[in-house]
Amino acid sequence: MNSPSGSAAGPADAGKEHVVALGGVDFAIDGKTVFRGLDIAIRRGSVTAIMGPSGTGKTTLLRLITGQVQADRGSVRVDGVDVAGLGRRELYGLRRRMGMLFQNGALLTDLDVFENVAFPLREHARLPERLVRALVLTKLQAVGLRGAAGLMPQQLSGGMARRVALARAIVMDPDILLYDEPFAGLDPISMGVVMRLIRSLNDALGISSIVVTHDVREISQIADASYILSGGQVVAEGTPADLRDHPSPVVKQFMEGLADGPVSFHYPAPDCATQLLDRGRPT
Amino acid sequence: MTALLAEMYSSLRGFLERLGALTRFFGRVLWLSPGAFGRPRLVVEQVYNSGAMSLVIIMTCGLFVGMVLGLQGYDLLQRFGSEDALGVGAALSLLKELGPVVTALLFAGRAGTALASELGLMRATDQISAMEVMAVDPMRRVVVPRFLGGVIAMPLLTAIFIMVALFGVQLVGVQFLGVDQGQFWSQMRDAVELGDVAEGLTKGLVFGVACSLIAVFEGYHAQPTAEGVGRATTRTVVISAVTTLVLDYILTAIML
Amino acid sequence: MRQSRAIDVSTGLFVLLGLAAILFLVTQITNREFSLGGSSSSYRVSAQFENVGGLKSGAPVSMAGVTIGRVESIAYDMDLFKAVVTLRIDSRYDRIPSDSDASIYTAGLLGGQYIGISPGGSDESLRDGDTVEFVQDAIVLENLISKYLFSQAGKPDAGQPAPAPAE
Repeated sequence: MNSPSGSAAGPADAGKEHVVALGGVDFAIDGKTVFRGLDIAIRRGSVTAIMGPSGTGKTTLLRLITGQVQADRGSVRVDGVDVAGLGRRELYGLRRRMGMLFQNGALLTDLDVFENVAFPLREHARLPERLVRALVLTKLQAVGLRGAAGLMPQQLSGGMARRVALARAIVMDPDILLYDEPFAGLDPISMGVVMRLIRSLNDALGISSIVVTHDVREISQIADASYILSGGQVVAEGTPADLRDHPSPVVKQFMEGLADGPVSFHYPAPDCATQLLDRGRPT
Repeated sequence: MTALLAEMYSSLRGFLERLGALTRFFGRVLWLSPGAFGRPRLVVEQVYNSGAMSLVIIMTCGLFVGMVLGLQGYDLLQRFGSEDALGVGAALSLLKELGPVVTALLFAGRAGTALASELGLMRATDQISAMEVMAVDPMRRVVVPRFLGGVIAMPLLTAIFIMVALFGVQLVGVQFLGVDQGQFWSQMRDAVELGDVAEGLTKGLVFGVACSLIAVFEGYHAQPTAEGVGRATTRTVVISAVTTLVLDYILTAIML
Repeated sequence: MRQSRAIDVSTGLFVLLGLAAILFLVTQITNREFSLGGSSSSYRVSAQFENVGGLKSGAPVSMAGVTIGRVESIAYDMDLFKAVVTLRIDSRYDRIPSDSDASIYTAGLLGGQYIGISPGGSDESLRDGDTVEFVQDAIVLENLISKYLFSQAGKPDAGQPAPAPAE
């Protein structure tokens, strides 16, 4: 797969095949490098997994795609349009075509389930109440929570909250769905439910899904393509099967969940024996 | 010595940075404010949250402040044999100082902390980010209605506080201590000008702007952790109280 | 929906209570007679005093104890070497004889000073911009005391070196 950042591939071409394309992205927070020369291309209509150890900036990647933060260098293109070049209005226009599922759902705590799902509709469109009702109930039905419409977010379990958030994310019929750690902290049943939902929504609505996760086993069952990030760069990409047989030790360590390997178990420290014999506190 | 100077410099710098950010934030809130009346529902909800929810504490405190004022004022004035002036003294001190200032401090404690912790929690639980991603401007949808709700509620709370406090003064002075009812009210009416009422309500409005702004600013910019929300709440009370008293001096100096 | 209606009702009640409180403050504890009125409902006359004592702008102007206006401003005239006091009088009281006199009195021992007007006998009335000719200055307590002392000292038979005025 060629890097889409090259000037040879026009943005229009890239926009057709790739719904999201990052080319040579550098990004740093407070002088600490998060990404260096990151290249990622998400094919239209696919479920793409972004994996990697904690702290590799997976969530930051999603914030780059939604334009909440901007790359220091390189380009972030959504549908062939550079996110960094957009004004506020255009950026908001672009975001209306995206849905995002936050780690804990991020439901608005002062609204009930129904109003949470209706929120984007009420904010962006003046629809008759009957239509809002029909749309919201349909989306809630899709995630199996039509019966919970009257509950407040505090009354929901973690899995239910995430499904409500998913219903909210798809209520505007987006082209792109972003998932931030959709499986974290769920019991196996809820995990299976969310997993199947991601796949079935992707196929039924014809959207493109980007799933940020470190749950290798679960995502491998539904992803069309995967990227593994480490040290601010893509260390491996391909189908789940490709990754399983990947020669790189980093990938091997990550996929098999080994404690030590290229990603060290120990935080960098001076030699253990020296420090133990040394008096005083470590600096 | 240099370390001390460096520390002073950096804390001064931090203060200026924050003041600058607050001013810019204020400008943005003001700029977006007219638009909020296109959706009066949101503002009404916040008038309820900041105003109606603070009513009980404002009225309770008002009553007791008034009763204390009645006792103290009576004790002081009867030494000069002019306890009939209790009404004037109480009315003027309530209108000009006690009413707006105490209401603002209570408002910061009740409504301000509620605003700051609510916004901080929304930040910590990604609700603010979620709105941004849903292409909803959280400034418009969340911050501005809360600010306006506070600004509308404060002068009303101030007026209610003063009215209840005057009732408290009257209760103690006239009912318990036997100040002449007619003298109490007529001397008050004779000496209190409409300008005094305007002064009190103006102060209430200005304090309302300041306290609401500080609360939404601190909450909106809270660190997205439990500790950050707690710190934002504390800062809201402290900064609101100090700002109220400083503004009170400035306003008094202008309006005297 | 039901919940939001309850919010509406309580908010409405709160706003109503607040407005009622403002109305109470404005109407029940203030003397609004002259504070709101523009120039249409009042007229101005001036008076020149040698000494206004502790008179302040906003002090009442009364006739026979009835407040008919307020002191609008007090200024010092460098040509006359006198204090010029502008009075704003409610236009309901538009037939004050032009030869009435204005005096500065003190209300009670600790009270503020005010201007009392005693009517004269002229057929003509004071109009907007007129000047009250007959005035009596504020009584300054120190002046009274020193006058008393000098008059005592002037009497040869009094013979009190350290006069202690009765308290």
